[in-house]
Amino acid sequence: MTDILDLSLAAARRALADRSLSAVELVGAYAKRVEATRGLNAFITETLDHAVEAAKTADQELASGDAKPLTGVPIGIKDLFCTKGVQTTAGSAILKGFIPPYESTVTERLAAAGAISLGKLNLDEFAMGSSNITSHYGPVKSPWTRAGDDRPLVPGGSSGGSAAAVAARAVLAATGTDTGGSIRQPAAFTGIAGIKPTYGRCSRWGIVAFASSLDQAGAMARDVQDCAILLQAMAGHDPKDSTSAPLPVPDWSAALTGDIRGLKVGVPKEYRVDGTNPEILALWDQGLAWARDAGAEIVEVSLPHTQYALATYYIVAPAEASSNLARYDGVRFGQRVPGKTLDEMYENTRGAGFGAEVRRRILIGTYTLSAGYYDAYYLKAQKVRALIARDFREAFQQVDVLLTPTAPTAAFALGEKMDDPIAMYLNDVFTVPASLAGLPAMSIPAGLSSDQLPLGLHLIGRPFDEATVLRCAHVLERAAGFTARPQGY
Amino acid sequence: MALDQKTVARVAMLARIKVTEADLPGLATELSGILGWIEQLQAVDTSDVEPMTSVADLTLPMREDVVTVAAQRDAILANGPEANESFFTVPKVVE
Repeated sequence: MTDILDLSLAAARRALADRSLSAVELVGAYAKRVEATRGLNAFITETLDHAVEAAKTADQELASGDAKPLTGVPIGIKDLFCTKGVQTTAGSAILKGFIPPYESTVTERLAAAGAISLGKLNLDEFAMGSSNITSHYGPVKSPWTRAGDDRPLVPGGSSGGSAAAVAARAVLAATGTDTGGSIRQPAAFTGIAGIKPTYGRCSRWGIVAFASSLDQAGAMARDVQDCAILLQAMAGHDPKDSTSAPLPVPDWSAALTGDIRGLKVGVPKEYRVDGTNPEILALWDQGLAWARDAGAEIVEVSLPHTQYALATYYIVAPAEASSNLARYDGVRFGQRVPGKTLDEMYENTRGAGFGAEVRRRILIGTYTLSAGYYDAYYLKAQKVRALIARDFREAFQQVDVLLTPTAPTAAFALGEKMDDPIAMYLNDVFTVPASLAGLPAMSIPAGLSSDQLPLGLHLIGRPFDEATVLRCAHVLERAAGFTARPQGY
Repeated sequence: MALDQKTVARVAMLARIKVTEADLPGLATELSGILGWIEQLQAVDTSDVEPMTSVADLTLPMREDVVTVAAQRDAILANGPEANESFFTVPKVVE
């Protein structure tokens, strides 16, 4: 038998089912791997002892034929999902020591499906960032390094701990959340697959809120099939989230037919911006060629308001964040810094508890929502957002799916791009438009840069048509045949 | 739109975040840069456009007005930084 860690989620599940592998062996191998990769700082809280105990129960269920879809499968949970009895920090000092008395719907579903959590994964503070450097618990290191250059690289963000843990094979798969690209960009940076489903597919209940009209949970794993399996267990209607879609969840694994003949794949011409890295453009062209070779028809489409997506996002998301983060007041949960008056206690608590990027976004959001500026900023952004969504609706009258790059560059080094917030925001240029429109979108590893770092291709689909996104991603993944592994991991 | 330090201090007060005097100049520069960048939206013609508040095209659902979770006062208070008996506590607000 091959090394246990080499098995994909799908293969591990088969091995568990035919009892050629026990859950105790599988979870034990991953628990050792978590310990061996601690230098990446991918976990904020490990729950390995609990996982090893749970594996024993999983083996009993497997033996007695009571296995559920993910029985015995070791996963990681982004530390933005509330987990009953297990510290949930959102990467922030202000929530240090917070032990939720309840479980998020998504993690409850995963547990009900038999998945075993190895712990809570590091992230940018309150999921605000594209590099994982804003976490109060320290930056996550990517397992990848550039050829001939051993400087540590960022894993992307905000789901950087999830991405690094999957890429380093410290978990079989992980949950992520995506507000403007926080699943897809780190997936691209670390050579894994990641899908953000349609807004409303996964319940937001129990996920620490950043920007409620954009936040959506999704799956990160080694390949498209594993993402389909994990997402299947996460998705579905939840009365506890009023924006959760009351729609049945199709069988996404069954959607992976390997056949995209006749599929219309759109290429948004506005994404070909001046100054885009030639390697990224070449990979994009390669992806289009793979789709054409598989029998798809390539159609150029126009999304004329694309250039305004980032500015729109950086009004809408901070405005919602400033409202959502008002709850961190030092009264009901989290850390408190005393003050003589109530207001002084609030100011001291929030001044000490929030990091620089979170503070920046709360202040921007507070300003754009304040009297006299609301119409010029927030209302204007909501209107431009409507135009961006309309662009997509019109494009999807001509095509079934859109293909673009995931990120404008490969991963950068810790310390690069750190001085200028706007340069960091530009990382999300290809992912933010789909977030604003609430569309399902996925990144798959598709090639290597000249310095041997992973690059991703990005597929965007119609609302609630994850099936087509996954089917097309699966075909492109096969064509790309991405097998590179991070050196030393 | 450039923000001066006085405006930043006022916004910080509205957001209830303590910002030291020393941090004000840097924040004013950063926030002015971001606001200048998002100013580009003014170039978009949105005269006949309805603002988009949600991508979810649904009417908010109604439910029965009934208690769905059991009382769990102790579990809720457990995370309060200075919870006392059956209450959260705050500094004195009425003289």
